[in-house]
Amino acid sequence: MQLYSYRTDSFYDEMFLADGRPRPGVELLFKRLTALEDGELERRQAAAERTLLQMGITFNVYGEGAGTEKIWPFDLIPRVVPAAEWDRIERGLRQRVHALNLFIDDIYHEQRILKDKVVPEELVLSARSFRPQCVGLNPPRGVWCHITGTDLVRNSDGQLHVLEDNLRCPSGVSYVLENRQVMKRTFPQVFEATRVRPVTEYSSQLLAMLEHLAPEHVANPRVVVLTPGIHNSAYFEHSFLAQQMGVELVEGRDLVVNEGYVYLRTTKGFERVDVIYRRIDDDFLDPAAFREDSQLGVPGLMEAYRHGRVALANAPGTGIADDKVIYAYVPRIIRYYLGEDSILSNVPTYVCGEEQDRRYVLEHLSELVVKAANESGGYGMLVGPHSTAEQQREFAERIRANPRNYIAQPTLALSRVPVIVGDQIEGRHVDLRPFILYGRDIFVLPGGLTRVALRKGSLVVNSSQGGGSKDTWVLAEDPLEAAEPESNATAFLERQVTC
Amino acid sequence: MLSRVAEALFWMSRYIERAESVARFIDVNINLVLDLAQESAAQWEPLVNTTGDHLAFKEQYGTASRENVIRFLAFDRENPNSIVSCLCAARENARCIREAISSDMWEQLNTLYLQVNQQVQPPMALGELEGFFAEIKRGAHMFRGVTDATMSRNEGWHFYRMGQMLERADKTARILDVKYFMLLPSVTDIGSPVDDIQWSAVLRSCSGLQMYRKCWRRILPERIVEFLALDREFPRAMHYCVIKADESLHAISGTPVGTFHNPAEQRLGQLRAELSYANVQDIMLEGLHEFLDSFESKLNRVGEGIFKTFFALRPVGETV
Repeated sequence: MQLYSYRTDSFYDEMFLADGRPRPGVELLFKRLTALEDGELERRQAAAERTLLQMGITFNVYGEGAGTEKIWPFDLIPRVVPAAEWDRIERGLRQRVHALNLFIDDIYHEQRILKDKVVPEELVLSARSFRPQCVGLNPPRGVWCHITGTDLVRNSDGQLHVLEDNLRCPSGVSYVLENRQVMKRTFPQVFEATRVRPVTEYSSQLLAMLEHLAPEHVANPRVVVLTPGIHNSAYFEHSFLAQQMGVELVEGRDLVVNEGYVYLRTTKGFERVDVIYRRIDDDFLDPAAFREDSQLGVPGLMEAYRHGRVALANAPGTGIADDKVIYAYVPRIIRYYLGEDSILSNVPTYVCGEEQDRRYVLEHLSELVVKAANESGGYGMLVGPHSTAEQQREFAERIRANPRNYIAQPTLALSRVPVIVGDQIEGRHVDLRPFILYGRDIFVLPGGLTRVALRKGSLVVNSSQGGGSKDTWVLAEDPLEAAEPESNATAFLERQVTC
Repeated sequence: MLSRVAEALFWMSRYIERAESVARFIDVNINLVLDLAQESAAQWEPLVNTTGDHLAFKEQYGTASRENVIRFLAFDRENPNSIVSCLCAARENARCIREAISSDMWEQLNTLYLQVNQQVQPPMALGELEGFFAEIKRGAHMFRGVTDATMSRNEGWHFYRMGQMLERADKTARILDVKYFMLLPSVTDIGSPVDDIQWSAVLRSCSGLQMYRKCWRRILPERIVEFLALDREFPRAMHYCVIKADESLHAISGTPVGTFHNPAEQRLGQLRAELSYANVQDIMLEGLHEFLDSFESKLNRVGEGIFKTFFALRPVGETV
């Protein structure tokens, strides 16, 4: 079986120790995989891909002929997260989301953190994601960021770091749930004897959280999921979540605001809507409040929201907390509001708006990853070591023209996982996106989306850029001998990724 | 339920029915031609007429032949009513409302779509074609079966059934119209073996040969017209379809059957009454073509009524 000839090279591998032995907690899975007959793994892999296609678990690619559907490549070998490590991740995420919510609320009210000069005022007020329309808003139950999908990466030091906070409309949770389904359908025997924490409760947790937001006098709140429509890249997820919760999936044209309340157009006339899980960006939500040319939104929605007649999740304006520049200040934000050190650390970040940092970035473009503050999905990004001189020149110009809009981070030696490539098994870089719900309390789904950069040597895991995914197993308990967390990240791993 | 969802259910159902109808009558025609002495355009052209797309066909293909008629009706993506286009449209509608239908329904439809869509080269040879049409028919039947077993008889289901029934009534009327028109001039053939074959083909195009035989045994044109237009029990008879569509319409609105509160109910109710009190002798006297033609345009008006009543809801003061 090819798993024996697998090489971790010099990277931190999520499944194997540097000496090639499986990590504690993974032995059983390793045993099951190596016990398979020759060719069995490939056959199961093909079966899984067929299942995905038949289930129609696809995403849309932009700019490749509108509405092109693709299945998102899925790799059969699960990624395992030990219980002890998950415990720390969960505590870290709770802390982070708690603090970020306080931050957003402060920014749209007293702005204490700006007055105390912990975060530079002009940085916040100049951010494109800062919404003057939200100043003074009081979202139901005081929560702004109801659904968060935080990106974690493991560097060569073996530690997990937060790479990005996604507090607007993070997507991917449907793949977490569906990947588990596909695994159970096509490869049930690997689950045997490994205690993996289930992920199915996400949809009921999500529904409970959304219903919690409804105006208090409403006994049976009506929740809907608002999608930009069938051509959106995450459409599958929108319809999946609506289906799982048993609520309606609506488009902007299905909703209408009448005398200050939001209604659905139904076959029986207009019906009231109490909570909207919106998967449309702030910009397009309401042409009367944000972008006038939006065809996707509902005119008057913000006004109804402001009067507490409908709840929105996430609240408009949360984007300020996942601005890539604000990100650099999150450890300070946590300290400011909670008086605690952050449990999960940031990746070291250079803020181009600060002169010293900018000079360093411009001099080291070929080593750094540069990101635009307001882009996501892997767009508007320069991966220094993989870029041409021409691309670097172009980015240098962009940074000089608008330094506020850029940050840079060292190129991380992201950890790798074994992936089936043809009839071989090879290492590929991964990240992890857990999902956090903030309603009555904070819930962290035990699992998350493991995204894999399928191109050899690539560090970009986004689905739109050649990424795939894996089922993520959070173990219910660790084997007793696995007392020590991984601390043997050897010095020779401290290298930049090359290819 | 959401107007948009209701509309998508209605059309998803119509498109599947349409794809299946087209598959069935091409298949029957291939089979029929094998029984005739020689193949000619005259045996293929009426098929295009049945779909009502003969102008588009003429423009693109000219004279009808087995090959180009099959290409146009089954595989032409430019033709919105071809089997391939209908399956795409059915699936696209289903994709818009995945949360409103069962996942078994979605997977069955998606699998059928993928089977058809992944064929790089459309099968054109005899022997391959039968397999293709059988696949479409079986796929559509499975979809109906899955729906029957997994979908609640709620409002959405009634929109689904209404779409299916209206489409079916329309197709049966068209098949009858075209075949009757084609068969009528050959007075000398009446009672001849060819005539028997042709009329059996009409029944088989509606999957009705066996059920007809149970009623009448002998192949008699007037009885066939009666069976396909006025029967209350045969599921592809126009009358049966109108009754079921009417029942669904009233289940949706809650208005008692026999009364009306909106244009859709009024028009469908009138049509139902007309068929309930018709007899075949009067129809033949009046002219079958005239009868069928008027039936089709009334059916279209029912469709418009449904659109206005349920799908195109606007708040007071909002313009379209």
